[in-house]
Amino acid sequence: MLRTEEMLLNVGPQHPSTHGVFRLVLKIDGEIIKEAKPVIGYLHRGTEKLAEDLQYTQIIPYTDRMDYLAAMTNNYILVHAVETMMDLKIPDRAEYLRVITMELGRIASHLVWWGTYLLDIGATSPFLYAFREREMIINMLNEISGGRLTFNYMRVGGVKWDAPEGWIDKVREFVPYMREQLKGYHQLVTGNEIFMNRVKGVGKYTKEEALNYSLSGANLRCTGVKWDLRKDEPYSIYDRFDFDVAVQDGGDAWARYHVRMKEIEESLKILEQAVEQFPSEGDILAKVPKIIKAPKGEAFVRIESPRGEIGCYIASDGKKEPYRLKFRRPSFYNLQILPKLLEGENIANLIAILGAIDIVLGEVDG
Amino acid sequence: MSGEKDLEQLKKEAAAKAKAAALAKMKAKEQGEAKEESPAEDMDIAKQKAAAAAKAKAAALAKMKAKEQNEAKEESPAEDMDIAKQKAAAAAKAKAAALAKMKAKEQSEAKEESPAEDMDIAKQKAAAAAKAKAAALAKMKAKEQGEAKEESPAEDMDIAKQKAAAAAKAKAAAAAKAKAAAQAKQAGGDDEKAKAIAAAKAKAAAKAKLAASGKAGGSGDDEKAKAIAAAKAKAAAAAAAKAKAAGSKADTEPAAEKAPSVNQPYLDKYVKVIEENLGADVLEEYYINDLSKDVPTLVAKAESYFKLAEFLKYNEQLGFDYLSELHGTDFETHMEVYAHLYSYKKRQSVALKVKIDRDKPEIDSLQPLWAGADWPECETYDLLGIQFKGHPNLYRIMLGEDWIGHPLRKDYEPYDVEV
Repeated sequence: MLRTEEMLLNVGPQHPSTHGVFRLVLKIDGEIIKEAKPVIGYLHRGTEKLAEDLQYTQIIPYTDRMDYLAAMTNNYILVHAVETMMDLKIPDRAEYLRVITMELGRIASHLVWWGTYLLDIGATSPFLYAFREREMIINMLNEISGGRLTFNYMRVGGVKWDAPEGWIDKVREFVPYMREQLKGYHQLVTGNEIFMNRVKGVGKYTKEEALNYSLSGANLRCTGVKWDLRKDEPYSIYDRFDFDVAVQDGGDAWARYHVRMKEIEESLKILEQAVEQFPSEGDILAKVPKIIKAPKGEAFVRIESPRGEIGCYIASDGKKEPYRLKFRRPSFYNLQILPKLLEGENIANLIAILGAIDIVLGEVDG
Repeated sequence: MSGEKDLEQLKKEAAAKAKAAALAKMKAKEQGEAKEESPAEDMDIAKQKAAAAAKAKAAALAKMKAKEQNEAKEESPAEDMDIAKQKAAAAAKAKAAALAKMKAKEQSEAKEESPAEDMDIAKQKAAAAAKAKAAALAKMKAKEQGEAKEESPAEDMDIAKQKAAAAAKAKAAAAAKAKAAAQAKQAGGDDEKAKAIAAAKAKAAAKAKLAASGKAGGSGDDEKAKAIAAAKAKAAAAAAAKAKAAGSKADTEPAAEKAPSVNQPYLDKYVKVIEENLGADVLEEYYINDLSKDVPTLVAKAESYFKLAEFLKYNEQLGFDYLSELHGTDFETHMEVYAHLYSYKKRQSVALKVKIDRDKPEIDSLQPLWAGADWPECETYDLLGIQFKGHPNLYRIMLGEDWIGHPLRKDYEPYDVEV
């Protein structure tokens, strides 16, 4: 019997598989992880501090930079919080544009996850397909907002730009195309034995653990909790669409994979209906005062982002800047369970587990 | 805007048409033929839907007028021309209203029943016609919103003066019925309570009007009073209809009267359960936060914060098994920790807050209850300097241990040697 000793292994902060600047300090015994200590904060930009001196509209660009893979939902959570406090009624057309852009963003975000996750665990080609389709979405969002990732599209009371001519048709055409591609994805990856062996039973946790660790989104739904804020606490106009909540029982990376793939389908369903119902005319911005002031008081609202439950807390003293602004960032909460998942795991599973949580470091660090 | 203009034009045209029709019919009626002819006519026309329904209504109205006249001959000086004009005006209105209704019909599918209804109503003569008219008017008003409101009182006054007691009665009945109809149509809406309130109000208004008309003798004062009452009733009906049309949103007029929040019972329940089990001195205050989607908000006393949180999690009647959010705020007079809890069993939210001494910011950690409170408490400690007692690993998660000061404190001064 050989004498073994514990070793410290540093992963990151600049490591391609962490999808940003994220550092893990691992205590390993051979190939077994004894303890994992995440180190975050490399991307902390003090958004909440900066917001104290900014007007509400000026904060919107900052939200783009939190979860930069699904910036539309981030835009929305801020304006939604302000609108909730002001009790604003949003024009229908604006609501539809919001839902369409948010759902496109959700698909794009899941595509990035799908591509990069498989890249992380050794499959190169899915990444190329995923980014091909994502590029189409990015182009559509670029066309409507003028930005590829940082859209700065939503405003308190509506949206900034109306859909250009023919844009809705592009979305309409994209839905069947994407469905077709999705079938190809499943053929390419889902039944692959190597892939299944790498994710089945990996990073497993129970429903109780998921709730205890404040997980949300696909990380929660993979344990059998049927919970989606779009369905269970409907905001915007999500109660007008017929869609299912993707749910799995496994609690492992394999279940999370299926939840996210199913969510792409459900988002396509929503897109299809939204495009059909899209009002042919109407305002895209409610009548709001030039300088937006949230009434005195506080509010916390939460919505469903691709990564889980994103929330926004505003304490206002009635001025045009928030007294205190706080984002509940799903990646930050979801990542907390990582040390627990890694304990006792083989080091080869590290990336498969981390990737399946689907974090964006801009959001983790705030 | 253009839609409303069209409506105005349509109204004018319709008025002219209706005048002619009503005159003709009135004459026919006087000859005693009208009764046999018009139902048949109505049937055909009714099949042609909306426009036809309008005509039928005009006819019915004219009939009603004729009756009224016979009954109230003492009141009206026998100036046939005037009466005819009055009738024509009324008929015109009915038609315009019907047109408006037709438009409304085009816009919403749920109203396919009404043509058939109209037919019946026309056959049922005066009272029923009045009801249909009122319904149509109410609907029209709901469509035109502000504009109609300014117009209708004036119009109502004229008509009411001309019509006197009978009209007031009919309208009162109509108001109640219109509401019922509107209600039926919007059964899909979710604020049934609001509707119920509106309906109740309408009924009350109707009763008041009936009483007013009952008292009425024939003097000018009474007529005026009646006219006012009628006008009011109409306005009320219109308002109610509008409220219903605005529909599915809870912030309609009845709701604007500060109806208790839907979450009030939950808050009451939480407070009751807490006070029964933990005593009365656990909570500092509790309220519904109407800015934050009416979330029940509990403010705990600092010393019983942990105890309360533990109770919220483990009590079977509460069962808040999920910590959705935790953060702190520096309010300058005090610090505050805000936690948003959710119960997946009961599908209910609650906000738990606690006020902390700003000079010695210290509070129990919730990490032992919800593992998800771990990092959020670290973040709160890092940015606000709040110490969480009982936290297993409180460290400066974002800025690092060598950062000077806590940036989200309002008295924070950035320390930078190079500046």
